[in-house]
Formats: sequence, structure tokens, C-alpha cells
Amino acid sequence: MTIANLSRRTLLQAGAALLASTALPTLARAQDAPAGGRLIVAADSEPKNLNPAIVASNGVFFIASKVVEPLAEAAFEGKDGLSPRLATSWEGSADGKSVTFKLREGVKWHDGKPFTSADVAYSALNIWKPLQNLGRLVFANLEAVVTPDATTAVFRFSKPTPFQLIRNALPVVSSVVPKHLYEGTDIATNPANVKLVGTGPFKFTEYKPGEYYRLTKNADYWNKGEPKLDEVIFRVLPDRAGAGAALEAEEIQLAAFSAVPLTDLARISKVPGIKVISKGYEGMTYQLVVEINHRSKELADLKVRQAIAHAIDKKFVVDTIFLGYAAASTGPVPKNAPEFYDSGVPAYDFDVAKANALLDEAGYPKGADGNRFSLKLRPAPYFNETKQFGAYLRQALAAIGIDAQLVNADSAAHQKAVYTDHDFDLAVAPPVFRGDPAISTTILVKSGTPAGVPFSNQGGYANKELDDIISKAAETVDAKARTDLYKQFQKLVATDLPLINVAEWGFITVARDSVLNVSNNPRWAVSNWADTALQS
Amino acid sequence: MLLIVIVLTFLLLESASGDAVDAYLLSIGGGDATVAQSLRQAYGLDQSMLARLLLYVSSLARLDLGWSVAFDRPVLDLIIERLPNTLLLMGSATALSFGLGSALGIVAGARPESAGDRVLSTISLILYAIPSFWLGLVLSIVFAVELRWLPTSGIETIASGKAGFARAADIATHLALPVGALALIYMALFLRVMRAGMAEVWALDFVLFARSKGLSRSRIVLRHVARNALLPLVTMLGLQSAAMLGGSVVIESIFAIPGFGRLAQEAVGGRDAPLLMGIILVSAVLVICINLMIDIFYAALDPRVGAQEADA
Repeated sequence: MTIANLSRRTLLQAGAALLASTALPTLARAQDAPAGGRLIVAADSEPKNLNPAIVASNGVFFIASKVVEPLAEAAFEGKDGLSPRLATSWEGSADGKSVTFKLREGVKWHDGKPFTSADVAYSALNIWKPLQNLGRLVFANLEAVVTPDATTAVFRFSKPTPFQLIRNALPVVSSVVPKHLYEGTDIATNPANVKLVGTGPFKFTEYKPGEYYRLTKNADYWNKGEPKLDEVIFRVLPDRAGAGAALEAEEIQLAAFSAVPLTDLARISKVPGIKVISKGYEGMTYQLVVEINHRSKELADLKVRQAIAHAIDKKFVVDTIFLGYAAASTGPVPKNAPEFYDSGVPAYDFDVAKANALLDEAGYPKGADGNRFSLKLRPAPYFNETKQFGAYLRQALAAIGIDAQLVNADSAAHQKAVYTDHDFDLAVAPPVFRGDPAISTTILVKSGTPAGVPFSNQGGYANKELDDIISKAAETVDAKARTDLYKQFQKLVATDLPLINVAEWGFITVARDSVLNVSNNPRWAVSNWADTALQS
Repeated sequence: MLLIVIVLTFLLLESASGDAVDAYLLSIGGGDATVAQSLRQAYGLDQSMLARLLLYVSSLARLDLGWSVAFDRPVLDLIIERLPNTLLLMGSATALSFGLGSALGIVAGARPESAGDRVLSTISLILYAIPSFWLGLVLSIVFAVELRWLPTSGIETIASGKAGFARAADIATHLALPVGALALIYMALFLRVMRAGMAEVWALDFVLFARSKGLSRSRIVLRHVARNALLPLVTMLGLQSAAMLGGSVVIESIFAIPGFGRLAQEAVGGRDAPLLMGIILVSAVLVICINLMIDIFYAALDPRVGAQEADA
């Protein structure tokens, strides 16, 4: 018996040892991830202003979010879909005129000074509200920030401001910067906008223009045991093929934001030691949208807009242009925003015959050459996919007798032509849904935005009913009532088609297997990476 | 002449739609009209075109290259930072392509129409027809990704702390592929010019004389034929220096080298007029200097050049 037992035990041990080689990565994902190491990440742009409190954009957050922390970050699980960072709790008053934040104790800035409620008050009133691209909207009615003690900040609003909006916007708009470095200086030209000073898990150590950014471990980080990594390096690789090659050659370990083009994913996913991850972008969904210039006689007719919606084969767009890494859209709110998403909106199936019938009905018969009328189509140049969709849309429109003239331009020229000069009939745009429709979605359809503002309604669309819903939602404090208003909003947009939502997508992260704890929150690429680790 | 270059560049950039603020707002994902307005004011973009041109030229007269709006730094700093990398890349590529090209050209031209000549001519024609970006990518896939002999990109190992000789060696391994890609294409050109020049000189009387004098073949090839055929090659070198500056835009992007060409590309994308004009100005000065050097070299190589002018 004993002998039998012994041999069984030995066998089990041998088996366990064998298993360990495969099971180790999964085990290491837990709290006891290995510490140390240098993570090298591909970066494709070098923002001139790296201060996320002023410039709340993904390009800035990608690097800055490891150094400068927001009050709360997005989370897959947890209260309100948030994980506490500099704030430990948040509560809105019933009248919507104040929000109270309890702040974390024992937090220090990278220069050793203590972090207090005064920093939050200063950032909110002097930067987020007057200067930040998104904060100007979210904190438009912020009147004062009261700081009864060092760990409490009470935001007071002049008009009722929905707490739901503030909460959803926290990961994007609430990066806190040190008051002692900004007070009394010209904020826009402060050196700390480039050489960041924050409270985050990593310190900003070095920037070599055109080559890399180097962040190093903050040994005094408030969350003991984090960060795991010694260094994070963002290596500038401007060429589209560069990130994939560098990953294969093991010169970098991670490429986020689809730096490896979709067309390369099938091949690179077969390379041993490399994983392709589509999770981790749920909190910043990009939407493929056809923008419409309602000043055009033909496009002002709802039947024409419906015909165009019926002419687009969304399945083809998802399968062929996005190679399956996207989903078909039903309306202006994406499916992965379940708090607001409403599937019960008018749908436009791919139906060329119906589209042709609608155009006949609208009074645009086919001419001798098979064309009904001509349009100018401007696809945005920012992504391969927006350009490819432009080429597809031209063909789809040709099938229903609309002759679309494709005009391609670079970013600056496109922005001027569409959003300032309104020199387009149809444009392809990739706006972002940032967790709440009020942040950057309603602006796409509401009227009254002056010319020159990118990613806004520059098609001359004005619908009183829709404008009323949007302004009512902006001051509705009750979350349920506000959500209902946004469901009405989705129905109305899908019915009246101020623009046509085609598809929605998140980006793709490609990483070496050695990188642990990747994509574990809905805005991972732009989160703090304190728990990210390297398997040696 | 430099003034003409400046004015033309300015007008060309003006004619492109969209300005630096448009480009910036897009890069940060939007902003409202007040932001755009105040940025235009800060950059002086609200003034008329003529006023801005005059302002630029007058500050240039004081040797001030201006302020880059896309990088928010002085143009001069950016240029000084990036120029050495490009000069290193261009200089090595030129030296390699000129040296290898003329040497192989001599081999090919020593016996025109021989089998060796045919092989070299065909290879050079193929190389010359390959676009530089394609050659760069293929070299990178073969030597950096598959064989892993050389790094895929960059100018040196990131934050390596290397210094002195170790650092120079590090930079050399990083430059091997981009220099190779750039040099191979221009080498083909030099090879063909050298070979054609030699074929022409072979038919001249003094070569016949040298042969009748009983000089050895290698002496005729090197001292008489090659030396005379070298002249058009040197002219070519001056002309190609400008083209190589253009070719480095592509190579620097592919190999992620922070150089002049990539800076120019970023300046155009960001509609950064002061930076682009600074780059073009420095490039123009560079090309003029290289051609001046070529002229001096020419005189040394061919005694007739200086002598005739002195007689006249």
C-alpha cells in the first residue's frame, strides 16, 4: 500500500510539474503577479501637450494615464462601473446641484508634496471647466468646489447637473494635476504639461522626441505592492508595419489601438508567443457614421436618407472592411453601453429594391445614364477603415443610381472642408461614444454648434423635437428619467436619420504572452497599468 | 534664390486646405469654437497671409527660424536635434552607394559586353526599379524579423546607457538596414553611369595610344579609362544628394529614425508652416553646400576645369 501510495504521489508530483508549465500564466494573473521588468509599448503619436487635465484625448491618455490619475477609472465590475482611484466614494445630491467626493488619504505627488482636496478644487475650476476639451461641456455649470477638509471635495453646480453624467464622465474628465505647480502660472505653457507630475503608479522620467517616452516605477505609490513593472517605455513607431515587425522580433511587447493593422492580425495571431486581444476598449467605442449635409436639396428629403440607409450592407462592412472586428450599428448609442442602449429603433435592412423604390417615390427617377443625381462624398482619412468604407459607399450608392464623387484629403484638409466650409454632401466620420450620450454623441445631431468644431453637427440639421429632448436630458437629474429621454433620442435619430450609423468597433491589442493583466478594464489602454506585469 | 524658395514654399502650404489649428483639434478629438478661435490668435493665424509672410521673412533676416506650432518648440531646436541623424544616414548611404557603385561600374566597364558586365547591368537595373519603401520592408522582414541579426527600427537601443565606442557600434547596427536600403538603389544608378562612361572612353584615341604604348590592361582601366569616366559620376553625386534627401523621408518612417525627412512629413500633416519652411531652407542650404564641394572636387579631379578659366 505504502509503495503504491508513494508511486502515486510521485506520479502526481510529476504531473503537477508538467501542468505548471502551462498553468503558470493563468495563476500569475492573480494578485501575486511577478514584479519588475521593462514593458516596451508601440506608440504612433507624440502629443505636444501631454496634460490629460487639459487635453482629454486617447492619444494623451495612452501615455499620461500612468502618471496622472483621475478620480475614478472605468471597471468591468464595481459600483457604477467605476473603480476608485483618487476618490474613494462619490455621491450626488437629490437636486442635482452638488456632488460630494471623498478622497484617498496618504497620497503623495511625485515631487513628495501631499495630495489634498485643494488640488481637486484647483484642477476642476481652473482647468477642467475652462480649458479641457470635454470638461468644458460636462462642468459647464460648475460654480464652486468646497473643501471642508483635506479629503473632501464638494462640487456645487449653478443648475441641476445629472449625477449620472458626472459619474460616466469621471474616467475621462477628472485627471487631477498638482495645484502647487500650476497656481499663478500660465497653465497652457506650464512645463509640467510636457514633463508630467502626478500621483500615478509611474513617474515621467524621460522623453526623447521621435524615439521614446520613459516612465519609471513610483516606489511611493499609494497602493502598496503596485506598480508591478519597473519601467514602461512608449517607443515611437510611425510606420504601420513597424509595430507588427517589432512585436515579432521581440523588440516590443505590446501594441494597442490597432497599431497592428487588421489585415495583419490573421497572420500574427499564428506566431507563437503572441496573443491578439479585442477586449479592453468597451468604454470608448468608435462609431462608423455617414454624415449628411442637410443643406443639399436631395438629402433634405427623408426618403432619400432612408434609401441610402437601405443601400448599405452592414454585414458586408463588418465582415469585409473590419474583418469581423466590429458590430453593425442600430443607432447613435452602441450596444456595449447597456445603460442607455435601446434595440427597439427603426431598422434599415439591406434592400436595394426598396431603396430604389424610395428614390423613385421621392421624385428622382433614373436618367438615361442610370443616375438619379450626383453627390460629393468625403471619407475621413483617420483610419484605413473609414477610407475603405468611403470606397464601398460609392459602389453601394451607384447600385441605387446615386453617383458619388469620392474626394480624399488629408486630416487638416478634411476637417476644414467638412466641419468649417461644409463643402460635402456625404462624409464618413468615426466619432467616439464615451460612456454617456451627453459627452460627445448628442453634439453630432443637435443644432446650433458654430462652424469649425470637429465631430459635431455641421450638416445644418435642425430638429426642434430632438433639440428639446437633448436639452431636457442635460438637466434631468433622475437617472431613470434621463435614460428614458436618451431612449427617445435614439428612436428619433434612427427615424429621422440626421446621420446614418453603420458600424461600431473597439481597437485591437496585440501583446506577447509574457505580458500579464492585459485588457482587464473597459478602457485598459488608457488606464493606469499598475497591475500590469511581465512574466520573465 | 533662398528667398524664392521661401516664398514658393509659403504659397504652396497656404494653398493646402486646413491650417495648424484644424490639424491640432483633430488630433485631440475635438474642441469648441472658442478654443479654435483662441488658438488661431495665439498662433497668429488670424492675420492675413501677406502679413504672416512679411513677419516670417523679417524674423528670418534676424536669423530667427520661428516657433513650431505642431511641436510647441523653437524650429531651430527641432532641426538641430534631427539633422545629425539624417546626415549620418545620407552620408553613409551616399558613401556606400558611390563607392560600391563606382567599383562595380569599373568591373563592368573594364570589359564591356562581357558576361560579368551583363550580370551586373541586369542586377543594377532590377535594383533601380525597386521602390525604396518595398526594399526597406523586405530587408527588415528578412534580417530583423526572420534572422534577427539586426534591429527592426530606431536609431539606437532605447535607454541603454551605452556610451563611446559601444554606442557608436549600437548606432551602426541600427543604421545597417536603412543605409543598405537607401544605398542599394542609388548604387545601381552610379554603377550604370560609371559603366556607360567607361564604354564611351574606351573608344577614344588616347586609350588606343595607351594600348599601343604597351601599358598593362589594368593600368589602362584604372588610370586612363576609369579616371576619365569618373567625371560624370561626380556630377551625378551632386544631383543625387537632393534626391537622397527626399528618399530619406520614406526610409526614416519605415525604420522609425527621428530624422529630417520624418520631421518634414509631420510638419506637412500638422500644417506647421514655420517648421516646414525651416526644413526646406536648411535643405536648400545643404544642397547648395554639397554642390559647392562637388565643384571644388571636380577641379581637383580634372585639371582642365580650373585651368581654362584662369587662361580666359
